[in-house]
Amino acid sequence: MGIIDKLNKDFESRVRLGIMSVLMVNDWVDFTEMKALLNITDGNLASHSSALEKAAYIEVKKEFVGKKPKTSYQVTDLGRAAFKEHLSYLEKLMKS
Amino acid sequence: MQSTLIMNQKHQEDLAHIRSMMERSSRFISLSGLSGVFAGLSALIGGIYVYQLFKANGMDYLNDEHRLYSANLVSELFWIGITILVFAFAFGIFFTIRKSRKYNLPIWTSATKKMLFNLGVPLLAGGVFCLAMMYHGYFGLVAPSTLIFYGLAVINAEKYTFSDIKYLGFSELILGCIALFNIGYGLIFWIIGFGILHIVYGLVMFKKYK
Repeated sequence: MGIIDKLNKDFESRVRLGIMSVLMVNDWVDFTEMKALLNITDGNLASHSSALEKAAYIEVKKEFVGKKPKTSYQVTDLGRAAFKEHLSYLEKLMKS
Repeated sequence: MQSTLIMNQKHQEDLAHIRSMMERSSRFISLSGLSGVFAGLSALIGGIYVYQLFKANGMDYLNDEHRLYSANLVSELFWIGITILVFAFAFGIFFTIRKSRKYNLPIWTSATKKMLFNLGVPLLAGGVFCLAMMYHGYFGLVAPSTLIFYGLAVINAEKYTFSDIKYLGFSELILGCIALFNIGYGLIFWIIGFGILHIVYGLVMFKKYK
């Protein structure tokens, strides 16, 4: 069971996996686009993204475009490494 | 044992989810094969109409060696071309919106913008190039050039949509190059390139990604 223990608990939820997957292949992605891509609600995205931010896996940028606030996300180096590791464990599990 | 199986299935679904999220966020995959088919049909109908138009003007397109185009005819041809373009574009948008609604895909994403940018730059340059050739009177080179620039544009956009689209791009490019050495048969190459190739590509894509 050793290998299962190594699976990152931070990536257990589908939403977090989705956020990380999108950010792995894109540069900055804003809130609206992320929400549409993952097909989830505002609150859902906000809570999961802040959890990932707390783990320092993603960077959150808040700015104003005109009078509208705009939130964007980018993966950090730590997040990229952690996600790659998670992926390779998942793949190993599938092979065994 | 039971729990291992369930876990295994969950991991497999996780991997599938990751793959699909990467795919749909980095590529414009709402492009429908039907867009290609209908764009091709517009070109085909337009091409046949032009052929009839030549006939009505007393020209046999395939057999006349030297054709003289009146200014009137040239401007009519130009507007027919624009009309075909508008129809093809409208069909493209219509089927894209339809597909994206059906699969719940967002349309106006950064992948879409990148795809349009990469497609648009060679197309715009090609458009200016062709206008300049018409301005200078090199009408024979217009048809081959449109095919070549269109092929390059499609190859350039390949990274941001279905990568199979590059085969369409290479076919258009090769056809354009052949057309360069067969000036005077532009209409035929146009019908093959914009009509038949689009229909074939559209049908293949429609079957593959339905």
